[in-house]
Amino acid sequence: MSPIVELKDVRKSFGELEVLKGVTFEVNRGEVAAIIGQSGSGKSTALRCMDRLETIQGGSMLICGHELHDDDIDLKSLRRDVGIVFQSYNLFPHLTVAENIMLAPRMVKGMKQRQAREIADTVIAKVGLREKMDCYPEQLSGGQQQRVAIARSLAMEPKLMLFDEVTSALDPQLTGEVLRVMEQLAADGMTMILVTHEMAFARKVADRVIYMRDGKVHEMGSSDILRMPATPELAAFVAESAEH
Amino acid sequence: MTYNFDFAAVLAYWPLLLEGIWTTLRLTLFCTVFGILLGGACAVVRTGGPTWARWIVSLYVEFIRNTPLLVQCYFLIFGIASMGIRLPILVGATIALTVNIGAYTTEIVRAGIESIHRGQLEAATCLGLSRTQTYLHVIIRPALERVYPALSSQYVLLMLASSIVSSVGVEELFGISNRIQSETYRNFEIFVVLGGIYLGLAILVRGGFALLGLAMFPRRRKLGTPL
Ligand SMILES: Nc1ncnc2c1ncn2[C@@H]1O[C@H](COP(=O)(O)OP(=O)(O)OP(=O)(O)O)[C@@H](O)[C@H]1O
Ligand SMILES: [Mg+2]
Repeated sequence: MSPIVELKDVRKSFGELEVLKGVTFEVNRGEVAAIIGQSGSGKSTALRCMDRLETIQGGSMLICGHELHDDDIDLKSLRRDVGIVFQSYNLFPHLTVAENIMLAPRMVKGMKQRQAREIADTVIAKVGLREKMDCYPEQLSGGQQQRVAIARSLAMEPKLMLFDEVTSALDPQLTGEVLRVMEQLAADGMTMILVTHEMAFARKVADRVIYMRDGKVHEMGSSDILRMPATPELAAFVAESAEH
Repeated sequence: MTYNFDFAAVLAYWPLLLEGIWTTLRLTLFCTVFGILLGGACAVVRTGGPTWARWIVSLYVEFIRNTPLLVQCYFLIFGIASMGIRLPILVGATIALTVNIGAYTTEIVRAGIESIHRGQLEAATCLGLSRTQTYLHVIIRPALERVYPALSSQYVLLMLASSIVSSVGVEELFGISNRIQSETYRNFEIFVVLGGIYLGLAILVRGGFALLGLAMFPRRRKLGTPL
């Protein structure tokens, strides 16, 4: 199986600060990869580079067939293939749930209202919020907003979904409902890369776990590495996470 | 000495007063439409344009905000005339007032645009929206919704301030009143009537903005909460 995501020796600096110091990993189609690691280790930066919200300075990055280090990369086509969801849901507050979801299909894919609405109905059902279609974001709980944000991304029918700590801002009860949606997505065969602090979830869903430390991949493998870490650093990190 | 109030003498001029009201309203309407277009465009340039263009907009805004409206009117209306372009005086006045209100609109809309969180732009970018689409659907609309109360007040002020163009010969409400005054010498009565009319017009403009707001901002209409 050919990888849908391929990072080779990726380097990224903000001014003097080198944040990614040669990151290498692959993710195959249909796989779920969990990126874990201490705060400041460069997880978000790596994820943002994959959607080219940040440009890389060295190495190479192949995402869904797009060479990200190319200067004349077709960003529109990249962003059709890649969906990304952040910790802060960033729903558009002046639009209803339905309008939030339909905006990109209509604007970017030029769909008619009816066609976009059909897609919206499909994706909202996936996140279990059919009855909220005509609500505004402020009328929803954090967990519901995050599920709408996921649906909004899914409406573009991406080949790869990126999640950056999507449950970190939520209460434990609300975390569960969002994780269930992601678990279902994984079961449906979506390729996903998620930055997460939810070790139990990573253990359960991830095919591949990537432990980042100080701008590099320190240890990588199946989710078994969370049970039997090869490096003392990951062992310490897992133990530390278990305390919380 | 007793003063006999004679409102009838003033009200007898009602056709003229109506004409003045009509002129004031037209002036306000055109300046509102063009002012919002001009101010909106300038606000977009000021927040997202190239540096040189930002500078030009800043200069324009600062110049307008720091000089008297009357001077601007003279400058523009007689300036245009001295270039040999002959415009109806009402058109000249519309241009002058639009240039003035455009600057204030720029500042108000800019504040609205700057209040939109970075995450909103990022979300739009990630969904693949172009810059223009992002501006139109993700920035401008909520920005306008947020500053709409300030904007409405500014345009009521514009309607009131439009009386100033009577001094360059536009026969709007205030100009007409001056004429009636010089014909009847009923200073007190005319200005009482005038005050009442301006009050009514201000309520009308405010009401117009409120209705437009309901049409433009469905979220506000349904929830009634500020964005
Ligand atoms: N836009 C930026 N400009 C400058 N420095 C940045 C920027 N974004 C991130 N950094 C720095 O890069 C480093 C890595 O940040 P990053 O957000 O990728 O870490 P992270 O692993 O996601 O951490 P966390 O778990 O706290 O989210 C940090 O030191 C951060 O301060
Ligand atoms: Mg992060």
